[in-house]
Amino acid sequence: MKEKPQLAFGTAWNYSPAPESASNVSIQKEYGLYINGKWVKAEGGKTFASENPATGEHIALFAEASDKDVYKAVKAARKAYTDVWSKLPAKERAKYIFRIARLIQERAREFAICESMDGGKPIRESRDIDVPLAANHFFYYAGWADKLEYAFPGKKVQSLGVAGQIIPWNFPLLMAAWKIAPALACGNTVVLKSAETTPLTAIKLAELIHDAGLPAGVVNIVTGAGATGAALVNHPDVDKIAFTGSTNVGKIIQKAVAGTNKKVTLELGGKAANIIFDDAPIDQAIEGIINGIFFNQGHVCCAGSRLFVQESVYDVVIQKLKDRMATLRVGDPLDKNTDIGAINSKEQLATIEKYLKLGVEEGAAIYQPECVLPKKGNWCRPTLFLEASQSHRIVQEEIFGPVLAVQTFRTIDEVIEKANNTPFGLSAGVWTDKGSRIFNLTTKLRAGVVWANTYNKFDPTSPFGGYKESGFGREGGIHGLGAYVKLI
Amino acid sequence: MAATLRHTTVDQVGVEERVSRFTKRSIKNAAKEQGLRLTLSMIDLTTLEGKDTDGKVRQMCYKAAHLHDQLSGLPTVAAVCVYPNHVATAVNALKGTGIKVASVATAFPSGNSSREIKLSDTKIAVEAGADEVDMVISRGRFLQGDHDFVFDEIAAIKEACGKARLKVILETGELCTLDNVRQASFIAMDAGADFIKTSTGKISPAATMPVTLVMLEAIRDFYYETGKMVGMKPAGGISKSKLALHYLVMVNETLGDAWLTNEWFRFGASSLANDVLMQLAKMKDGRYQGLEYFSKD
Repeated sequence: MKEKPQLAFGTAWNYSPAPESASNVSIQKEYGLYINGKWVKAEGGKTFASENPATGEHIALFAEASDKDVYKAVKAARKAYTDVWSKLPAKERAKYIFRIARLIQERAREFAICESMDGGKPIRESRDIDVPLAANHFFYYAGWADKLEYAFPGKKVQSLGVAGQIIPWNFPLLMAAWKIAPALACGNTVVLKSAETTPLTAIKLAELIHDAGLPAGVVNIVTGAGATGAALVNHPDVDKIAFTGSTNVGKIIQKAVAGTNKKVTLELGGKAANIIFDDAPIDQAIEGIINGIFFNQGHVCCAGSRLFVQESVYDVVIQKLKDRMATLRVGDPLDKNTDIGAINSKEQLATIEKYLKLGVEEGAAIYQPECVLPKKGNWCRPTLFLEASQSHRIVQEEIFGPVLAVQTFRTIDEVIEKANNTPFGLSAGVWTDKGSRIFNLTTKLRAGVVWANTYNKFDPTSPFGGYKESGFGREGGIHGLGAYVKLI
Repeated sequence: MAATLRHTTVDQVGVEERVSRFTKRSIKNAAKEQGLRLTLSMIDLTTLEGKDTDGKVRQMCYKAAHLHDQLSGLPTVAAVCVYPNHVATAVNALKGTGIKVASVATAFPSGNSSREIKLSDTKIAVEAGADEVDMVISRGRFLQGDHDFVFDEIAAIKEACGKARLKVILETGELCTLDNVRQASFIAMDAGADFIKTSTGKISPAATMPVTLVMLEAIRDFYYETGKMVGMKPAGGISKSKLALHYLVMVNETLGDAWLTNEWFRFGASSLANDVLMQLAKMKDGRYQGLEYFSKD
C-alpha cells in the first residue's frame, strides 16, 4: 500500500504573538477575607500565595481562613439572613442580583485577564465563555427571584437559610456564579470558599458584590485550603452545602453531613464517553472531540475523556484528529491565539504525568503532536492514547488533563455497555446523523448531560449534574432552584 | 476508507462554530504583513460586466501588475478574470508580467445553454490565450439529482481546456444546503477540476466562510483519498482585508502550508486589493491614507 498523503501545518505562516495586555488590571499585594461586608485579616494572620501557573510568578497573598474565621462568616451570614435578606421583597433581591450581572459585564475584561493569569486558561476561553456565562447565570437567576412559586406550582417555597459553598479551581469565577446566583435568588445568604490555587477572581467578585451594595453579610467569601472547607462543612449553623470538586472530597463531605439536617448537592468527577458513529458529520465531530477534551486543558469534570469511534471510520477520525491537533497552539494563556493554556498547578501536572506514564506502561499507544512548549511554567502537550481498553486505568480514572483515551466499537449495544461501564456518570456525547439513534442513546446512557452533535455546551437555563460517583443534585435551570429551597 | 470519507454529512451548526473560531485568531505585526501580501498575490482581479470594454480591461491589467507603485516590493495579483471576448486584450496587456489570464466560460453566469455552446465558449477562451477557465456547473441538473450530467459536462469542458487550468464554479448560493456543496465539490473534483470555486458573484449570497470551509474540507478529503491537490477560490463579497485574513487562517488551519500559495488558493475579487493596499500603507506609515490615494481601475 502506498504511503498516505500527509498535510503539513505551521511553517508557511506563523501568527505573531498577540498578548492581551494585563497592565491596566490592578491586583493588590495582599487580600483579606470578605466577611460581613468588610475586608478582614485571618485570625492569626496566616496567608498563602497564588502563583501564575504559566510563569511561576507570584500574583498576590491571600488570607488563609481558620475555623474561627469561618465561624465569623457563618455568623454574619445568619444575621444577614434573619435581619435583612429573608425580609426583603423578592423583587428587591432580584435588583441586587441584576446589578451583580451588569457589573460583571462592565468589568469583563479585567475578570477574563485575572482568570487566565491565576488559573492558566486561555484568554479566548475566559473572555468568551467563563466571564459571559458567569454574568448570564446572575441574569438568569435574578429573573427567577420573584417568580419562585411559578417554578414549583402548587407548592409554597421557602428559603433555606445559610448556604456553605465550596468551589473548584477549574472555573473559579463561573463556579462561584453557579453557586451564588441561585442561592441569593431563592433568598439564602452565602459563605463561599474558593479553591486554594485560584482565589483571585472569587476575591474580585467579592469586591464587585461590595460595589453592588449588597447588605453586609449576605455574601461572604473566604479563601483557604481543605481545612477551611472542612470548617464550613462541619459548621452546625449551615443549612445547605453545595460542593463542586473531586469525588474523594465529595465522599468525605457526604459522610460529614450524614445525620445532620443539611441539604447537600455534590458535583464531582467524570469520565465521559464521546461516541462517534460512522454516519456522523466527521469534520464537526473532530471539533467536538477537540473541544471535549482540550477545552480548559482538560480540567473539566464533564470532559469527553473517553472517545469511542465506530470501527469503520476509525482510520479517518484518527487521521483528521491528528491533523487538527497539529494546529493547536499551546502556550501563554494571555495570548489571544492560544488554544491550550497552562496546567493549573504543579500538583495537577504531576498527576497528569503519572497517568501519561501509566498509560504507556499499560500498553496504550501514546500520540502527542510536536509543539513547542514554553520553558517556564506547567505545561502538558495534548495527548491521545490509542488502542486503549476498558481495563486500562487511564480509561477508568479521571485524569483531569488534556489526555484522551481512544477505543473502537462495532455495535450500538456494545458502545452503550462500555459507555456506562464506569463509576462516573456526569456527561456524554453522541455524534450521528440519525435522530432516532440520538434519542435511543440519550435514554440509555447513564449520564446527567448528553450532548448530541455538540459538546461542552453550557447555558444557565439548562440543568447540569451527575449520576453515581459524579454526584447528585442539579445546578442551572429550574432544577438549580430546587437545591436552594424548601417546598411545603 | 474512501467511501466513508465521501459520504460524510455536514452539520451546519458545527461548521458555523468552527468558522467563528477562525475569525477569533488575532493576526498582528509580521503575521499581518505576510498575510496581506499573500492576499494580494492570491487575487484574481475581476471584471465581469456587460459594459466591459477593451479599454477597461487594459486599465485593469495595468493595475494588476502595478498595484501601488508607491510601495516597493509588492507582489502582483495572481490573475485577471474577464469574459472570453476580452481574453486577447488581457493576454496582450499582461505580456511579460507573469500574471495569468482567466476567462469565464460555459454560458456564464447561468450556465443554461447547450453542451455545444459551452464547449465552443471554452475553446474560444483557450484559443485566445486564457491560462485558466472558470466554468459554472448546471445547478438545475444538480438539484434534479442528475449528477452524471454534471460530471460529464465538467469532464468534457476539462478536456476542451487542454493545458488551461479549470476552475469549477458551484454557485453555492443556489445549492441550498452544505451537504449539497460537499457533494457538488466531489463531483467537480472527480471530473477533473483543478480548482473549485464558490460563486459567479452574480448571485447572493456569494462566498461565505461556512461554504468555503465545507469546500476546503472536501478538498482535504479528496487529497487524503487520492493524493491529488485541488485549489480553492472563494469569489464575491470579500472586499475587506480583515475578512481575507480570516479566510487565510481557515486555509492555514484546514489544508495547511501547501495551500498557502496562489497556485492553490485564490480570491475572486474586484475591490479587495485597494483595502489590502491601504492596510499595508498604514503598517508602513503608521496612519491611514485617504481612499483617493489608491487607484481605482
